[in-house]
Amino acid sequence: MQSSLPENLIKIENNLKSLTRTRSIYSFLSIAALIAVIYSGLIVAETGNATSIWVGLPKFFDYPVDLFVGSWEYGYRWNLLLLEYLPDLISTINMALFSTAMGTLLAFFLSIFSSRNLIKSKTTVLIFRRIMDICRSFPELVIALVLLYLLGKSALPAVIAIIIHTAGALGKLFSEAIENVDKNPIEGLESCGASWFTRIRFGVVTQALPLFLTYTILRFEINIRASTILGFVGAGGIGEQLYTNIQWKYEADTIAIMFLLVSTIITLDYLSSYWRKSLIGLKS
Amino acid sequence: MIKVEKLNKYFGDNRAVNDVTFEINKPEMIGIIGRSGAGKSTLLRIMNRLTDATSGSIFIEGRNILSLTKKDKRAWQKDCAMIFQQFNLVPRLDVLTNVILGRSNIQGTLRSSLKLFTKDERVDALMALDKLGMAETALQRAETLSGGQQQRVAICRAMMQQPKMILADEPIASLDPLNARLVMESLRNIHREKQITVLANLHTLDTAKNYCDRIIGMRLGEIVFDDVPSSLKDDVAREIYGAEAEEAFEPTVTSTSLGDEQFAEAG
Repeated sequence: MQSSLPENLIKIENNLKSLTRTRSIYSFLSIAALIAVIYSGLIVAETGNATSIWVGLPKFFDYPVDLFVGSWEYGYRWNLLLLEYLPDLISTINMALFSTAMGTLLAFFLSIFSSRNLIKSKTTVLIFRRIMDICRSFPELVIALVLLYLLGKSALPAVIAIIIHTAGALGKLFSEAIENVDKNPIEGLESCGASWFTRIRFGVVTQALPLFLTYTILRFEINIRASTILGFVGAGGIGEQLYTNIQWKYEADTIAIMFLLVSTIITLDYLSSYWRKSLIGLKS
Repeated sequence: MIKVEKLNKYFGDNRAVNDVTFEINKPEMIGIIGRSGAGKSTLLRIMNRLTDATSGSIFIEGRNILSLTKKDKRAWQKDCAMIFQQFNLVPRLDVLTNVILGRSNIQGTLRSSLKLFTKDERVDALMALDKLGMAETALQRAETLSGGQQQRVAICRAMMQQPKMILADEPIASLDPLNARLVMESLRNIHREKQITVLANLHTLDTAKNYCDRIIGMRLGEIVFDDVPSSLKDDVAREIYGAEAEEAFEPTVTSTSLGDEQFAEAG
């Protein structure tokens, strides 16, 4: 092949070959370096641990096995435990629902003021974007821990924490959805002399609504998990029960709560993908 | 009645509209011709206040509409309906609501946001749609309609504004021959029946000659021709269009000039 190539192309071909060779040498070297770093890290961790990971590894499954054995010994009354913890599950879902609703509302207002195609003032956009960044940058757990210390143990700190994080995270997604809407309908309304609010109501919201709803449903799912975790630090609900029962080594109760949690998440996953599909119009 | 004086618009160093001056003293159907980038669209957008001019003034019944702000500006936009090349309807709203939103300036924010429309508004909108043969589509989403149908809905929305003049920015540039003809004819009818000025940017010469009482030719932001269509000579037109002349003169592109014979064939 190479012999049939003209002179100038042979030169390029040779250059290409040597370039490829250098590149693969670099790749090989960096992979080797990566392996070395990981291995040395493992050695450092191994010497730092109280017991070697190879001793601990076989015991890894002891606790899960205990859980199932304990539940089995508890007998048929295990079903009643599901009923017993149902109110806690509902209170956790309530927390998630309320904070998602409030957070979405806040996110909507934040997103309008941080969209370049709706707000002419660059400073306003900048300020509102930074507000959202700050809301988003602290995990719920961190905000909740601070608020729990200030407000005492109740659901309120958890709800506030989730609202703040949701407002920041959803606001960012909403404003991206807004900035991607077609500007022609907005201009059409402007040419009729419609007010700023009417332009947003019909020109923006109608176009972005399917995306808004999709993101909100997704966020609701995330917030159920978040409010469960916040239960661990004293926000109540099913998370708190889970934490207590693990501490007290009540195997049957722990399994019952986990069962409730997992089935809730699975159900919600199915529901939300169903909603999403019917919203986007995949489902006829 | 309408007096445009020394209108200028710069985009950086580029003069999109350069010292444009003209007068409209009676309701006329005016076609603005010129190649792409000649400043036709910018001129119309300035008149509707979608774009701000760099300098100059536009007097309508003695009032400089370029100095209006906020509420007064929107009231002027209501008086001066605009039709766009891309129709600019709200795609996910039904046709009827789209048309009624032409009144949003009079309705006020709260009432139009909640879609609290009066019976009169619904009747007016339906009548306007019926006039252009679009009443059957009233409850369909605007996005389900074809381009020609959307443009007719856009004209209905413009009529709902009860405008004092109509600006049309390349109204037929993205339509098929049949719809182009329908749209131009309805604009012509509106001009005749309501006795209002219609100012239309048209890319092709034949359309302008067939439907307009007066032609304004623009080149590089300046007005280079302003007279009745019959006095527009071919060499002047060629100069206006420059490199795009062939396309603008092409009879198959100037779809609206179809005679009855060809019309029957196409239909």
